[in-house]
Formats: sequence, structure tokens, C-alpha cells
Amino acid sequence: MKTSTTARIGLRTVALGYLVLLIAVPIVLILWRTFGEGVGAFVDSIRTPAAISALNLSLLIVAIVVPLNVVFGVGTALALVRGRFRGRGLVQAVVDLPFAVSPIVVGVSLILLWGVDGWFGGLERLGIKVIFGLPGMVIATLFVTLPFVVREVEPVLHEIGTEQEQAASTLGASTWQTFWRITLPAIRWGLTYGVVLTIARALGEFGAVIMVSSGFPGVSQTLTLLVHSRYIDDHNTYGAYAAATLLMGLAVLTLLGMTALDRKRSKT
Amino acid sequence: MTTTTNHARRGDTSTEGSSLPPRPHLPLGDGADSLPAAPPSSRRTGVARPLGVGLVGLWLSVLVLLPLAALTVTSLGEGIGGFWHAVSAPVALASLRVTVLVAAIVAVVNAVMGTLIAWVLVRDDFPGKRIVNALIDLPFALPTIVASIVLLSLYGPNSPIHIHLNATQPGLLVALAFVTLPFVVRSVQPVLIEVDREVEEAAASLGASNWTTFRRVVLPTLAPAVISGTGLAFARAIGEYGSVVLIGGNIPRKTQVASQYIQQQIEIDRPLNAAAVSVVLLAIAFVTLFVLRLFAGRSLRREEDAQ
Amino acid sequence: MISVIGARRSYGDFAALDDVTLDIPAGSLTALLGPSGSGKSTLLRSIAGLEQLDGGRIVIAGRDVTGVAPQKRGIGFVFQHYAAFKHMTVRDNVAFGLTIRKRPKAEISRKVDDLLEIVGLDGFQHRYPAQLSGGQRQRMALARALAVDPEVLLLDEPFGALDAKVRADLRQWLRRLHDEVHVTTVLVTHDQEEALDVADRIAVLNKGRIEQVGDPVTLYDRPANDFVMSFLGSVARLGGALVRPHDIALDRDLERARAADARVGGSPGVIEAVVERVVRLGFEVRIDLRADSGTRFAAQVTRAEADALGLVEGETVYARATTGPDAAEIHPALAI
Repeated sequence: MKTSTTARIGLRTVALGYLVLLIAVPIVLILWRTFGEGVGAFVDSIRTPAAISALNLSLLIVAIVVPLNVVFGVGTALALVRGRFRGRGLVQAVVDLPFAVSPIVVGVSLILLWGVDGWFGGLERLGIKVIFGLPGMVIATLFVTLPFVVREVEPVLHEIGTEQEQAASTLGASTWQTFWRITLPAIRWGLTYGVVLTIARALGEFGAVIMVSSGFPGVSQTLTLLVHSRYIDDHNTYGAYAAATLLMGLAVLTLLGMTALDRKRSKT
Repeated sequence: MTTTTNHARRGDTSTEGSSLPPRPHLPLGDGADSLPAAPPSSRRTGVARPLGVGLVGLWLSVLVLLPLAALTVTSLGEGIGGFWHAVSAPVALASLRVTVLVAAIVAVVNAVMGTLIAWVLVRDDFPGKRIVNALIDLPFALPTIVASIVLLSLYGPNSPIHIHLNATQPGLLVALAFVTLPFVVRSVQPVLIEVDREVEEAAASLGASNWTTFRRVVLPTLAPAVISGTGLAFARAIGEYGSVVLIGGNIPRKTQVASQYIQQQIEIDRPLNAAAVSVVLLAIAFVTLFVLRLFAGRSLRREEDAQ
Repeated sequence: MISVIGARRSYGDFAALDDVTLDIPAGSLTALLGPSGSGKSTLLRSIAGLEQLDGGRIVIAGRDVTGVAPQKRGIGFVFQHYAAFKHMTVRDNVAFGLTIRKRPKAEISRKVDDLLEIVGLDGFQHRYPAQLSGGQRQRMALARALAVDPEVLLLDEPFGALDAKVRADLRQWLRRLHDEVHVTTVLVTHDQEEALDVADRIAVLNKGRIEQVGDPVTLYDRPANDFVMSFLGSVARLGGALVRPHDIALDRDLERARAADARVGGSPGVIEAVVERVVRLGFEVRIDLRADSGTRFAAQVTRAEADALGLVEGETVYARATTGPDAAEIHPALAI
């Protein structure tokens, strides 16, 4: 279809105009406001005790969630691709569920299961505080990040098939040796991609975490909760901008990482 | 946050269903001999043993199924009547109405603007196109609360252009349009790249105008991708919280969306109300995704028939 | 020596192996030949332990390995699609089995270099499989299988994914390799020419059963049944009997044809046919014929014979088989 020059430029203007107003200008503006008062002010704002503790908490959650997701994500993907068991369809559906559930609904569900009055409320009476404690935030993050590793590893497992693993077994490799030396290296880029997505989502999750966190500054605030509370509770707009810029920097790093990985994956 | 590749690929796998791993197909391949090879081999070389499957099942149950079961059971704590009462409370109903209305408008805006942007990114050429292309993914990578802050800086109380959308329905629209931007663009883009341009040229050679060609030839090919992207955007907008929490204003019956209502009910300790509205939200999302899946299956079959 | 005793394996209603018993002599190169779905791959994979038998036993070199894992069977296996470890160099691929066995580094190095030289991949040590051609990948896979000094070498359609020219070359190469290494080798193929070319024994499988086992000459000349006959080489249907196209003699004179036919015991008799087409294929000449019953068949003669006959299209000739059902009884010279 040969569009006339005017029509093409018209379409281009509309598309770019929409993107500029929706994305570009707001982001430039927030960067402007963050760094308008100098880099020093930005650094100070993200080095307050509350901010540092929020960053630490966010990283701690990532550090707990990523290994669990790797182990169970790879396990689930292996079961889905290699296993022949009844209920595979159900497992497939359950893995996709977190994509369809609102973060707030995740939070409510977890409160109703793990909270004092929930099904597992007994735990809290035993002194194990899940909701409004670190375990709750970890579980909420696990819920929303569950699909990433599975869905990135699964197609790779499909693609490599079983022949390489069978070849390894005929050459004398045990199941574990085959997994470590053949399967894991073969899925490494898909797995890394899934981990990057998990990290990004874990750092950025807000709705599910705010529901199950007590939200005390310096104690149970993640970075996203810090942005929220600075804006809403402290009326510290600048501080909120600065924390948001920090998170945005992490997100851009993620994007860059994903692009690099994409290129790497398409090569191998 | 979800990524484009994820959605694109999720679409792929759903169309493939649970078929066996694609083996390199060779004309000399020993079809029937190799066909049964996959299942028995897993006994020796796969890690997926009964124990592993059991562990995975337990993990998924505790993490996902049990919480949702607890939610559903709680919502029915006082029977169907209690559920209905909770859902039909005026404020609850209003929040659901606002949610669905705004999400529907956002979905339509996405369908139009997303297709247009995809078109410009594929068919047009201008300096900086790659940067614009990278920009599309940003809303997926950005934490939702950051999206909220970012939009407030332009459209909030300190707006440099004096557009104040804070605590208005248009404010909700902007926030949701921001976070759902990539869905349609990223599902239409690959299809548009694959479109056979000769078909368009054939239509033009038969005397069709540009608009006719687009409407009669291009749009039908893009329709499944547009609908699927729009549906995903709708499902996402229904449950969105982080991006609307700052800009929405949370005014009952006006800008309070369902997720905010749920959060509020938990805060004032009305778990049944929260659970009931949550179940409705879940149901809307499920129905949307289910219809999409049906639709995808049908259009796939139609394409297969055509071959 | 490999013994398969009463092997049975089915997938649902489909019997891939139906009571298969087979002895594979030590040091031989045996081909398992059969059409798709005949069970030949299942048989090979059962010997390797990659498939479980429903019943029966597998004995390798006097050791019953029926319940033994593939890791411990002392086998080398080569897959149709190479199963190259894509993330490892050629060297690491070949060294894999030895690394798993924790052999000393120096030994691994020496052995890998030796093997790469044997398979003609010297100098390719540091390439990745993606940088090799199909034929090279398959040779690497062979070296990898041989590195662990297997008791038996099992090849599953090893040349099936390669193009015709490379396939023929690798076939010759495998034959020479086997003559050097003498490891008991079993090769699965659906290509009768390949089986006749490389193997010193052939087992023909059909529908999960063994139809016949023997050396290539016996199978070709004395097929046990119609299936084996038609699977190994081309056949023509002459008066209800299966005859090889080069075992059909043509004569213009009915009486002479009858007299010659009388000397062949149990032959299908003399068939009257019309020449439809004479095709000269270099040394051979193929004559397409139509019998008076309407069935079409082809005879294959040498150029000299064709010239002597001087057949033209539309002409009527008398065809007869130069071999009876008991082919060995007839001396070729007498028949002509």
C-alpha cells in the first residue's frame, strides 16, 4: 500500500504525538525535577536511612525470590515439557493464573490464607508472622513472578528436545550429570531472561506487596512503598520523584539487559 | 509488569497447545518409529519423576491455588446472598462500573492508537525510530507506582502545562493507557511485518483506494492480533492498582476503581466485601482471557483451513 | 555379540516389537532394515536401554542388560539428528564420556586427538557444532560414541539427515572405519541400498517382526518372502509372481521363449506383452511393457541385449522369468 506523503506524515505525527504526551514528556519532566536541584540533592534523597533500608529490603526479597523461582520454575517447566502425567493442563493454567490476577486480589487472597483470621492463621499464633512481615512480602512477590521462569524456559526445553540428554546418558552420564552438563547449559539464556524478568517485577511490585506489608519506614518498606509513602504520607514530592527515578534507572537497566539477552539468544 | 516477548510467545504456545516438541522434519524421517520415542525416554533421562511432579504440584497449590481458594470460600462465607449483598452495595457496584467503563475506553483507545503506532513503526521510516521502538517497552519495565508518579509530574497539581487530571476519570484513563500501551503495539507489530505486501499491491492494482485496501485487505489480517492485544490490555486495566493509586484520587462513585475499593474494604476490616468484589474482578479477567483463547483457536483454524 | 530374546514392546494398540529374537555376531556390521513403523528404531533403542521392553531380554557380550540403565550398558549411540551438545566445542563433545568417567586429562587429550584424526576432524577441535556441516557433525557424533570404547556401536539412521552425495561418502567411510575398529555395529536404516552397501548382515523387519536375517547376497537372491524381495531391490509382477526386472528375458519368438521357459522350474510362464517405451539409462536399458492382462511392468536388459532385440514401441514380445522361485537352482548361463 503506497501511502501518500501527507498521509504518512499525518499518521507519524499522531503516533509520535501520542507517545510524546503519554510517555516521553512525563519522563523527561520527572528527570528534570529530580536532577534540577543538582545530582547532590538526588543522592542525598536516596541515601536517607529509610531509603537505604527500602533498597535493602527490596534486594533481600529479590535474593529470596529468585533462587526459589529458578528451582521451582525449572522444575515446573521440566514437568510440563518432559512429564506425562494427568493434570498437565491444570498445571499449565495455574502457571498462567498470576498474569490474570490483579495485584490487589493477590494481596487479599494471601491475607485470607495466611492472615490471623485466615486458614493458616494458626502459624501467627505460633509466632510466625507471615502477613505484615517479610514472609508475606516474599510470598506475594513469588505469586506475581511465578510465570516468568517457567514461561521462558519451557519453549527452550521444547526446542532442544531429548536427544542430547539421551546421548549424554548413553555416554555414561547420570541423571544429575546430564542435567548439570547438558540441560542447564542448553536452557541458560532462557533461564537468565526469566530471572531478569523476575528481578524487574520483584523490584517493581507494588499492589500485592502494599497489601501484606505493615509499611513502616525503615522496617518494612520496599522501594515502591517508599515512593508511595513519600508522596502520600510525607508530602515529600521531591523525595518521591528521586526514589521513582532510582527505580526507573533499574527498569532501564532491565530493558537493556533484556535487549542484550535477546540478541544473545537469537545467536545461539 | 510483563514483557512483550512474553506475550508474543505466550500466544505462540497457546496455539501449539501441548503438542510434542517439534522435531527437525526430514523427508526421510522414520515417522512411526520416532513417534513414540518421547514418552518412554523420559523415564530414564528426564528429571521429571513422580516426586518432582508432586513437589511442583504442591508448590503451585500452596502458592497460587490455596490463596485463591481461601478468597473464594471467604466471599461465600455468608452464602450466595451475602456474596450478592457485598457485590451489589452501591459503592462496590459503582467502583466496578467505573473500572469496567474506564478499562473498556482504554481498550478501544489502545486498539486504535496501538495499531496506528505499530503501523508507523513498521511501514514508516524516520530518524530515531529505534529509540521510539524501545520506548514502547518502557511501561512494562517501569514499576506501576513509578508510572503513577511520572504521570502526576505532568498532569498533577504542579502541572507545567496546567492540565490537572488529578482525581478525575480522564486521569484514570491516562494512567491505564500508559501501563497498557505495549499490548496492542507488540501484538500487531510482528503480524504487520509478516503481512504479504503483494496482496495490498494486488488490491491497489484492482483499483482499490488506500482506505479500501486498508479496510478490506489489511485490517482483516491484523484483526486477530488487534483483538488479542486489546483483550490483554482490558484484562490488565481491570485489575490495575499501582498506576491509578496516586492519580486516581480514590473518590467513591467517581474515580474509585474496584482494586481501590477492595483495598479499602480490607483496611476497614470487611474481608467478605473485599473477597466478593475480588472474585468478580477475577471472573471478568478469566472470561476475557477465555473468550480470547476461543477466538484465537477459531481464527487459527480458519487460517489452517485456508492452506 | 548381542542377543535379543523374545523382545516385545507396544505403544497402546500398536505393537512396535512383536516377539523379536535376533543374534548379532561380535564384530559384525549388522543393518536393521525396514519401512517406517517396522520397529527397527525401537529395537535399536531397546538394545541401548533408551526404551524399556514390555517383555523379553537383551544380552550384550554375555551380560543380561535388560534392566540395566543406558549409562551402564557399554554402548555407543549415534542419533539421526546428531544430538550434538551445542554449547560444547567439538573437542568437549568427543571428550564428554571420558570426562564423565573422570579419566586423566592427558589421556583424554590424546584419545580425543586420535579419534578426531580417525574421523577426519583434525583441526576442528575448537569449533562449535553450529560451525560444522551435517556430515562433519555426524562424524563428530561417531567419534564421541567411540571415545568410551563401547562394547557395541548403535547407529540410528545415521545418514538419514544428510544429502545423497554426503550419505554415499559417509557410508564408504563407515565401512572402512568398521574394518579398522571391528566394534560390533548395528545400523538402523530404511534405505535398502545403504544396507546392501555397508552391512555384512541384514535383518529385515516388518510390523514389529523379523522377516529374514542373512548376508546381503542371500537376502537379495533368496528372499524368504515377497516382502523381503520387494523391499530389497525393485521387482516386477509377472503373471502373478514377483521377479526382479533384470531377471526378465524378452523374446520375439513365442516357441523359443516357451522352450527356454520350460527349463526353469515353477516359473510364471510366458507372458505376451506390448512394448510401451524403451528407456536407455546409460549401460542399462529399461523396457516398459504392458501385459495383455493390462498390468504394466518393466524389464531391465543390458544395452547389448537391447540392441540385439532391436525393440520398437508398440511391438509385441514374449516375456519370461529367468529364475524360478528356487533361484539358486538355475544357472544364469543356462537360462539365457
